Parts: sequence; structure tokens; C-alpha cells
Amino acid sequence: MPNSEESVSSPGIFEEYAILSVRDLSRICAVDEHHIVELVHEGVLRVLDADTAEWRFTGDALRRARLALRLERELEINLAGVALALQLMEEIEQLRRRVRHGL
Amino acid sequence: MEYKDYYKVMGVARDATEAQIKQAYRKLARKYHPDVSKEKDAEARFKDVGEAYEVLRSPEKRAAYDQLGRDYAAGQEFRPPPDWGAGFETGGAGPGRSSHSDFFDSLFGAAARGAARDTEDHHAKVMLDLEATLNGGSRTFTLRVPEIEAGHLVLKERVLNVKVPRGILAGQTIRLSGQGARSPADGTAGDLYIEVDFQPHALYKADGRDLYLELPVTPWEAALGATVKTPTPGGTVDLKIPPGSRAGARLRLKGRGIPASPPGDLYVVLQLALPPAADDKAKAAYQAFAAALPFNPRTQLGV
Repeated sequence: MPNSEESVSSPGIFEEYAILSVRDLSRICAVDEHHIVELVHEGVLRVLDADTAEWRFTGDALRRARLALRLERELEINLAGVALALQLMEEIEQLRRRVRHGL
Repeated sequence: MEYKDYYKVMGVARDATEAQIKQAYRKLARKYHPDVSKEKDAEARFKDVGEAYEVLRSPEKRAAYDQLGRDYAAGQEFRPPPDWGAGFETGGAGPGRSSHSDFFDSLFGAAARGAARDTEDHHAKVMLDLEATLNGGSRTFTLRVPEIEAGHLVLKERVLNVKVPRGILAGQTIRLSGQGARSPADGTAGDLYIEVDFQPHALYKADGRDLYLELPVTPWEAALGATVKTPTPGGTVDLKIPPGSRAGARLRLKGRGIPASPPGDLYVVLQLALPPAADDKAKAAYQAFAAALPFNPRTQLGV
């Protein structure tokens, strides 16, 4: 079957405009809502405003959640281990940046 | 199709125990996981390791593989026997990402690949040219999307013409509503999430929202200061090189990086370029230079 080209407009950069609920994240990441809540409790995901009745996340939470879930599944490590790995990865990234920028 | 030596991929002996195989997998998975690893071919290696583990961890698959593999060496042309595939339990998804090698598929059937999830949202990653984020504009992506066709999971190519938002950064996502797969249950379409990354650019290197440009300057421009033409994403500008600049010095052009909000900066990194001493005139100039300016750049090395 020949490929037909479809044109699509994107509404912009997802990280900047999207506001996500626990439900959104669980649907997009294909995991239980309960699992997303655990990511928050473990400090992997940050809630936009913890005082609101329903948790909200900015769009970049999606990438973080997917990354955490990939590590959990593919390296068979528990959530505390995932949280530690993410924290160390961030530190490495900061150090790399510092080296690159000669600070 | 090439025969794959899964034992070699895992670095274990053919009589390795389940525990040894698991241990080898854990170690290799951490080493080559594409989210963690900085190895060049991490993604491919991780897939190989995941596939090898999927076979060797399962006693049924391993037995089937061993029975078949006795006469093959890695890389050798492989042809499965015609009656292959009967009598082994080969279902179930493994730990790795979904796509297997042709070798795996011919052994265990494409149906065994990391079974389709019931979500209708899809995720993809594309490599953009840097101009796409600098100027915005439409780009054509070819995506391979899994679809269920007559009960089988097949990979289909889809060509999408997408309007790229100006100022998007590596690692950020474009969501295309309704461009995911149709749900088999109710026919509603999910969304397609495209994570972007950048192809290497001839001039600029992106680091987050900032851009880096290596700008060659002559020794006299660096020593005496000069105003030189330099490219920027917005067009050529006159750049002032301060007197006494050294190789590796960085000049920051504020706001001339990727037009995100806030916009990134453009760092111009100076490189010293020496004119070649190609003819007598040039040699004489270098000799005059040496005579006029005795200079030992190696004093700190103690020589």
C-alpha cells in the first residue's frame, strides 16, 4: 500500500502548554493511576500545586514519568532505585554542563 | 538472515545457569540502557541484550534455540527448518523494547513480540534539523507504527507532515491529537507524542536552549582585537574580538540561541587558525615574527 502524506498542525510545545492530571499521565504512560501516585510519593514527579484537590502536572512530567517507568521495567529496579538513578543522572548532567561551560 | 549467538551477546557460557544469565543481563542492561548509557550504539546493544535475555531466560525458548543452534556460528547465514515452530511455548512479551530481529521472529514468530498494549496513544522520536526550531515550519516524518491487521501486529510506515513549533528544544514533545491508533474497542483515536532531538548541524551545536559556534580567528585578531563577521541563526553580525583573546575563549551573544522562551544564547568559541608557511614570503614573515617576539609557551612545563 503506498504511503499517503497527512498534514498535521501541532498546538505547540507540549511541555509548555500541557497541564496533566494523574489520570492523563496514567493513560498516556499506560500504567495504573496508583503507579503515578507512587512516582509523586517517591519524589520523581512534582505536583504543580500540592494544595489543590486534584493533582496537576506540567507537560514535562510526561517525559519524566515515562523515563522512570522505562528504568523500572527494563532494568528491573524498584521506585526508590529509580528515584535515586534519576537524581544521579541529573547531577551528572549538571556536572557535564559545568565542564562544557568551563565554570 | 544472520544467525545470532545469544550466549555471546550475553557473554555467558552455553551451560550458564539461570542465575548467571540473569546476572549478566542486569549488568549489560544497566550498561547499555539508552536512557542511562553514553555508549555510541547503546540503543542497538540494549535491544540485542534484551532479545538474548528473552530467549535464554525462558527454559522452553532456550531449549528450542539450543537445539537449533548447534550447527551455527554467529553471523552465519541462517535458514530455519521448514517444520520449525511446532511444539514450543513462545508467547509472552520480554523485558526489552518491542522490536526483535528477523532472526528472533523467524524462530519464535512475530506474534511473540512485545504484544501491543491496549493504550491508543503512541510515542515516537524524530531527528529534526536545527533550522526547524530556529525558524519553525513544516517537516515530513516517516514513522513506523504498530497496527493490528487481521489479528496480527504489523509495522506500518506513516508519513506525516508536521508543523514544528519554533523554539522547541531537544527532549521536548509535540502532541498530535487524534493521530495515535484507533482503539479496537470504540474506534476513537489516541494521541501521537513525538519527542524531538536534533541532527548534527554544520555550524552550531545545541546544548539545551544555547547554541555553540566555533569561530576561527587569526593570531593577530586574537592578540590585537578585531571586528570580524560571524554567522548567527538570525544572519551575519559584526563581532568584536577583545584584544588579548585566547583560544577557547567564549563570547556570549545574548538571546541569539534557540528562540525558546526565554531564548537561549549563542556562545562563540574562538579557535586560533594559523596561516600556512607555504611559500618563502610566508616563511620570512614567521621568521621575522619569531625574531621580534621571543616567546616560550612551555615554561610551565619546566622546559
